[in-house]
Amino acid sequence: MSLDRASLINALRALLPEDAVLEQEEACRPYECDGLSAYRQLPYVVALPHSVDEARAVLKLCHEHRIPVVARGAGTGLSGGALPHAEGVLLSLARLNRILRIDPAGLTATVEPGVRNLAISEAAAPLGLYYAPDPSSQIACTIGGNVAENSGGVHCLKYGLTVHNVCAMKLLTIDGELLELGGTALDAPGYDLMALAIGSEGMLGVAVEITVRLLPVPERAQVALAAFDDVEKAGTAVGEIIAAGIIPAGLEMMDGPAIQAAEDFVHAGYPTDAAAILLCEVDGTNQEVSEHIARIRQVLEASGATEVRTARDEAERALFWKGRKAAFPAVGRISPDYYCMDGTIPRRHLPEVLRRTAELSREYGLPVANVFHAGDGNLHPLILFDANKPGELERTEELGGKILELCVEVGGTITGEHGVGIEKIKQMCVQFQPEELNQFRAVKQAFDPLELLNPGKGVPTPRHCSEYRALPHKHTHEHS
Amino acid sequence: MSADLSRDLQERVAEAAAAGTQLAIAGGGSKAFLGRGERGVPLNVAGHRGVVSYEPRELVITARAGTPLSEIENLLAVQGQMLPFEPPHFDCPLPSPLMKPLPFGIPLAGEGDKVALRPHSIATLGGTIACGLSGPRRPYAGSARDHVLGVRLINGRAEQLRFGGEVMKNVAGYDLSRLQAGAFGTLGVILEVSLKVVPRPAEEITLVQDRYAADSLAYLADLARRPLPLSAACHDGDRLYLRLSGAATAVAQSRSQLGGELLADAGAFWRDKIKEQGHAFFEGGAPLWRLSLPPAAPWLPLPGKFLLDWGGAQRWFRTEAPAELIQQATAKAGGHASLFRGGHGEVFQPLPPAMLALHRRIKHAFDPQHLFNPGRMYASL
Ligand SMILES: Cc1cc2nc3c(=O)[nH]c(=O)nc-3n(C[C@H](O)[C@H](O)[C@H](O)COP(=O)(O)OP(=O)(O)OC[C@H]3O[C@@H](n4cnc5c(N)ncnc54)[C@H](O)[C@@H]3O)c2cc1C
Repeated sequence: MSLDRASLINALRALLPEDAVLEQEEACRPYECDGLSAYRQLPYVVALPHSVDEARAVLKLCHEHRIPVVARGAGTGLSGGALPHAEGVLLSLARLNRILRIDPAGLTATVEPGVRNLAISEAAAPLGLYYAPDPSSQIACTIGGNVAENSGGVHCLKYGLTVHNVCAMKLLTIDGELLELGGTALDAPGYDLMALAIGSEGMLGVAVEITVRLLPVPERAQVALAAFDDVEKAGTAVGEIIAAGIIPAGLEMMDGPAIQAAEDFVHAGYPTDAAAILLCEVDGTNQEVSEHIARIRQVLEASGATEVRTARDEAERALFWKGRKAAFPAVGRISPDYYCMDGTIPRRHLPEVLRRTAELSREYGLPVANVFHAGDGNLHPLILFDANKPGELERTEELGGKILELCVEVGGTITGEHGVGIEKIKQMCVQFQPEELNQFRAVKQAFDPLELLNPGKGVPTPRHCSEYRALPHKHTHEHS
Repeated sequence: MSADLSRDLQERVAEAAAAGTQLAIAGGGSKAFLGRGERGVPLNVAGHRGVVSYEPRELVITARAGTPLSEIENLLAVQGQMLPFEPPHFDCPLPSPLMKPLPFGIPLAGEGDKVALRPHSIATLGGTIACGLSGPRRPYAGSARDHVLGVRLINGRAEQLRFGGEVMKNVAGYDLSRLQAGAFGTLGVILEVSLKVVPRPAEEITLVQDRYAADSLAYLADLARRPLPLSAACHDGDRLYLRLSGAATAVAQSRSQLGGELLADAGAFWRDKIKEQGHAFFEGGAPLWRLSLPPAAPWLPLPGKFLLDWGGAQRWFRTEAPAELIQQATAKAGGHASLFRGGHGEVFQPLPPAMLALHRRIKHAFDPQHLFNPGRMYASL
């Protein structure tokens, strides 16, 4: 690095307005972690550009002086992706928060990266349109963060992930080049760089303008809530719904501890004596919804549901979902700390993975509550722990690692939507072979040869992996 | 029929890498006409075939690259499922005037400088994904790339790599599997693909309306804003065709709202005439251009004949007009144009310099010696 901290701050001040550079400890403190607060690092310095030009100037400066840059949206990430670098610039995109245009004919919205996910649907609502991916954090998280993580939501089973709903972006590369990727046509010439940029966790470039596709709000949506006295029966019911030829808009599952916590928190009317509940939403035309709900009710009952309810009105439908969307904070209320995992598995292994997770939970003496996007096999086991008890965080992380390795073992992945960040860097060595990790590094080189963007995240170094593999209890899984 | 030739293919790539031999990756040859022509020693992957796993309840199928597309579609149909992006096969030979002279390369079946489209050639899964083409359902159900969940491939270092997987959501590492869709094999030899599949709609009908092509664009834009179960929309120069798919009640309800005459044998219309380009529009010798545009883009005042598909977002164009004129007009309307069949010269819309440079670096990351399908997309890739 060719600049010391004081010179870096001066150089930033020369480029940016007064309020766009934070360096005092108390001003920087809010940026020391994201939603995974077990990892903390006070930023070296924070830059808060108001415009694309200012963001570009920061990147150029950092590039010239070989200074690492970590982009940040709202900091709701759950893998430490926005964890600051000890000697780098934390680049907050929060002030780039304008909705630039909504095209009611082309059905797109073009926004700056700091716009909150929900704000897009709110702005489109008067036109009868909305943006489909709805992470539970949608009140707070930014579209830039969604793009960086390829975020999902409870309605992704039918409408897809961020990658299926974002059609264009402007990406600043580390040397300050502004690239226009994708477009409002349904494809673009050349390689599919949208697929590459989405989910790249701020390691390939900084998204400074994003165009999303909007959909017409369905005529009607209805949700069925089914209770089960056994988690495995609920898991089987999920497969039966799909087998009946229906793709619900959302298909979510919660187990006993998660139901109890959510019910205590939002009073959604959940049956707290159930071992598991399924929330199954269908949308479409009025009659289509009635037809599908009737069919789903039959399937759920045939699968051994002890109770099937449909929301009486829009308010109750919203309440059923509120309980699910508030599940993480709800669990947060019943335990000093919780740790959220994010593995995805082929759905048929759900019963086995739940059983083995419960065994691991007993072995480590740490309770686990399960919340998941059952329709697409994305699990969120929440490990309850107390960080103030010596050694408990370490044991929690070890248990979490074991759960992720279990996901890989049954043919799944260590992260469905929260990203690798700093948190799952070790498990990348389990999921991927050295040649595959090398291919990731080669792609990174194509964008950022000096490795200044979000260094140390996402893709482990060969040394990371050899150290991890050398640990006695570790083994890697050969692909078969 | 099933055979795992991945080791052999890997050895062939290793030999080619050692000798610096360029390779022309080939499946069934059905889409050999696409792109800037083939160059290099043929590397045939058609023998590497067979469905590796299919779990209807998981909505996922995994098959080797050489598996005939028809085999996959038939297998899905038995389970009441389908490939949502409705990929074209282009299995049938087309009238000879449309066969494009190769700028360079190896003739496939001794027809001088013509690409020979063999009548018995069959589209493979690998070629389908490499070309990244999608049929009429594309605007409503997503593209080929949208449904890729994972791939296994051989890179230019002759390494076998696996990215993505068989699960619906996977954000571990960069998404190098969807990147393969539409890369025309320039980033590696695709060995295996996992795709998301969906249930077939319970009901499907097609309505035909009398409307002028230019007027139908505004009408289609208006329909797109309504929550209708549309699954295809095309104007063939004479009339507008709207396909509705979904629950029986939804289809019936929308039918009465939209109006129009019910098309008999609609399945054959969408498959043979539109998707496989058997419509009279596609006959004759004039070059065929594919214009990809924002769906609501206005009618382009260009000299030639149009067939609108994808609700206006994909416009087929027969013309002798010069490439620059077509590509400029399309770019101005927010899209891009490629020369699909016939004609001469560059095929794809040129990339801006910074984008081309990035493409070259990405190519280098996968295939440092430029072994795979050199020049198939752009001269320098
Ligand atoms: C209670 C709760 C519920 C959640 N529910 C879900 C859920 O249902 N589904 C889901 O997918 N996630 C969920 N998350 C995780 C999180 O909200 C998402 O990952 C979200 O997309 C992060 O957005 P953010 O703006 O907070 O990004 P940050 O946390 O600030 O950053 C995330 C990553 O994106 C990078 N980044 C941010 N902005 C940019 C940019 N403009 N250009 C390039 N890189 C950038 C950062 O460097 C970092 O690597 C949840 C989190 C919480 C706390």
